[in-house]
Amino acid sequence: MNGAGLLVSTLDYLAWSPPGWGATLAVALGKSILIAIGAFGLGLLIGVAGAYGKLYGRPVTRDLLGIYTTIVRAVPELVLILILYFAVTSSLNNLLLAWGFERVQISGFAAGIAVLGVVQGAYATEILRGAILSVPPGQIEAARAMGMPPLMLAWRVTFPQMLAAAIPGLANLWLIATKDTALLAVVGYAELTLVTRQAASTTKAFFTFFMAAGLLYLVISILSTLIFARIEAWARRGQVRRAGT
Amino acid sequence: MKFKSLIAAALLLASPVAAQEVKIGIAAEAYPPFASPDASGNWVGWEVDFINAMCAAAEMQCVITPVAWDGIIPSLTSGQIDVIMASMSITEERKQTIDFSDKYYNTPTVIVGAKGVEMAPTAEGLAGKIIGVQASTVHAAYVEQYFAPTAAEIKIYQTQDEANQDLAAGRIDAIQADSIAMDAFLASEAGAACCELKGPVADDPAILGLGVGAGVRKGEDALREKINAAIAKVIADGTYDKITANYFASSIYGG
Amino acid sequence: MMQGFWVPRRIVMAAIALLLVGWCAVSLNWTWLATPKYQVLILQGIWTTIWILVVTMVLGMLLAIPLGLAQAAGPWWLSGPSSAFCGLIRGTPLLLQLWLLYYGLGSLFPSIPWIRGSDLWPILRQAWPYAVLALTLSVAGYSGEVMRGAFKGVPHGQLEAAKAMGMPRLTAFRRIWLPQAMQRVLPTLGGETVLTLKATPLVATITVVDIYAVSSRIRQDTFIVYEPLLLLAVVYMAIAGLIVLLFRWLESRVPQKTA
Repeated sequence: MNGAGLLVSTLDYLAWSPPGWGATLAVALGKSILIAIGAFGLGLLIGVAGAYGKLYGRPVTRDLLGIYTTIVRAVPELVLILILYFAVTSSLNNLLLAWGFERVQISGFAAGIAVLGVVQGAYATEILRGAILSVPPGQIEAARAMGMPPLMLAWRVTFPQMLAAAIPGLANLWLIATKDTALLAVVGYAELTLVTRQAASTTKAFFTFFMAAGLLYLVISILSTLIFARIEAWARRGQVRRAGT
Repeated sequence: MKFKSLIAAALLLASPVAAQEVKIGIAAEAYPPFASPDASGNWVGWEVDFINAMCAAAEMQCVITPVAWDGIIPSLTSGQIDVIMASMSITEERKQTIDFSDKYYNTPTVIVGAKGVEMAPTAEGLAGKIIGVQASTVHAAYVEQYFAPTAAEIKIYQTQDEANQDLAAGRIDAIQADSIAMDAFLASEAGAACCELKGPVADDPAILGLGVGAGVRKGEDALREKINAAIAKVIADGTYDKITANYFASSIYGG
Repeated sequence: MMQGFWVPRRIVMAAIALLLVGWCAVSLNWTWLATPKYQVLILQGIWTTIWILVVTMVLGMLLAIPLGLAQAAGPWWLSGPSSAFCGLIRGTPLLLQLWLLYYGLGSLFPSIPWIRGSDLWPILRQAWPYAVLALTLSVAGYSGEVMRGAFKGVPHGQLEAAKAMGMPRLTAFRRIWLPQAMQRVLPTLGGETVLTLKATPLVATITVVDIYAVSSRIRQDTFIVYEPLLLLAVVYMAIAGLIVLLFRWLESRVPQKTA
């Protein structure tokens, strides 16, 4: 039996319904994408708060945020996931038990979003801080001088202008989010990479499944790049195009 | 005040434990014939059938929750699962961290090696060989104790299946594991082609334990008693033998 | 730089941090650190992490330079495959690439019996070559993209001037284009190195015994959950700190503007 024959015979494993693993892989892909979306969203929330805190917060807030972003950007995601996954649930439960509450169970899904969101938040903080700084300060001062309330100022002046500057970084962050979901395989959460691994080890068709999963990740990556390019074009709609770029 | 609202928010995010719902933790890896995922993503195997029978006997609502094997004890102690039923041997060392139910199966430990390579399941017989074991198993502890001094290298794998695969690939010379899991591996196409049984290792109950039991958090005696009663009931009413007959030729309850 | 650092709030925060460290040292279980066996394992693990990092960074950058050059200035039959390679590496998780290389290739070995007799077998049967290969390709993919930008950023006039002076193309590349591109990427290179450091623990999943694997081993042997993880975090932060300092020193050595 040659390699090509082997490949064709194992392609059946990708069929939609059992004995093919197609549907199961699709569910796992869905979980990966949902976690990536959740983590990215949470990361954005943390990032917005963090960026404002770092720029306009009190000194102590700024220092604490500095510690947060430094630690997250220096420690491997895998280690952070293990620490947050076990330590945070455990201490939360200990606290609850000590206060006389019932023990809660945090689903792998929620824990995955929380953990990756905290990681994403640190990077988002830096990206958004840079983007806010790219807004000409004169405009913010002018708006303040006109007596514009802070929220309206953020919404009308800062936000639209920083968006264009932030989008390339955020696009990159989103791609990292989709790929980082694979790390949850190490704590046993059934996202795409772990299910691929399980399928591969059950059927022994390693190449078929790893290639298929790789293709799925690649499709997400390419689609995301296209979508973000459109968003960036939209965000830059009011800007003067610099010659040559 | 702020802290309390934070806790309240956390409570909203995390669903409170429903009454009677028990999360049974199994290892998120293919470990045939005890527990492995099928093409539709369901977990099947002897241990899964046994878990279902036990939960029915105890009238518990069980949710099978796959978690990473090397984090399964922290998952239990941190409260992500309530019971471990993942072919975990009852050992003194683990008993310092968690409690165990009565055993529900017990099988010998064997060495499986590459075909045609001379070796024996003893320290001398494995001298100079590369041995693979699964992390945080009784086998890892046993190999460390008895074979590490003479073996060329001990390689530690996160899952048993990875060790099997590297044995089939020829990257390691031998693996030590549970005899039934090894029977299943040797019956598979890859296993039959590459490897053969080299024999059981000398027993050491202090390391290899006294059979496989369900792990629960320390002090949760009510749950442990309930599981014990259910195991006894499943064995007494013949369900245990019926499940076993679906997978094995003879009983695996052991002596 | 240190001026204005030790203001009162920082002193208070440092005191809190010290208290926290003290609490960790006293109330957590660190007895395993005293075991000579683990001390040796920890040092070996740190060494493995560092050499894998250094080797893959160097090899990866050597690959990234042609990849970047091909994309910045190569003909379509060079730039196309190069950017496809970068897209492929950047578009899929490293964990998947690593498993594909190690377990995927491993699953093919039984069907090619002669491979065990070949001279390459002693290397193929070990885990670290796959780890080094996967990480090198990853560094090449990510840094190739960075190098592309760096090569493009070198002012075109300089290259034209070199051409006009009759400088051979290779000399112009070696003397003008590459040094300036490298100078441009130096600030990002430190960041890339830290990112690679953060990717190294993945090699533990294919049985390479790096510091992450050692920490897992200790956790599994002793049933101590958090302390080895805390040590792990501290080790990675220390290495990351060293990398940052090293690159800062390098940057200070490299003249910023060649007059």
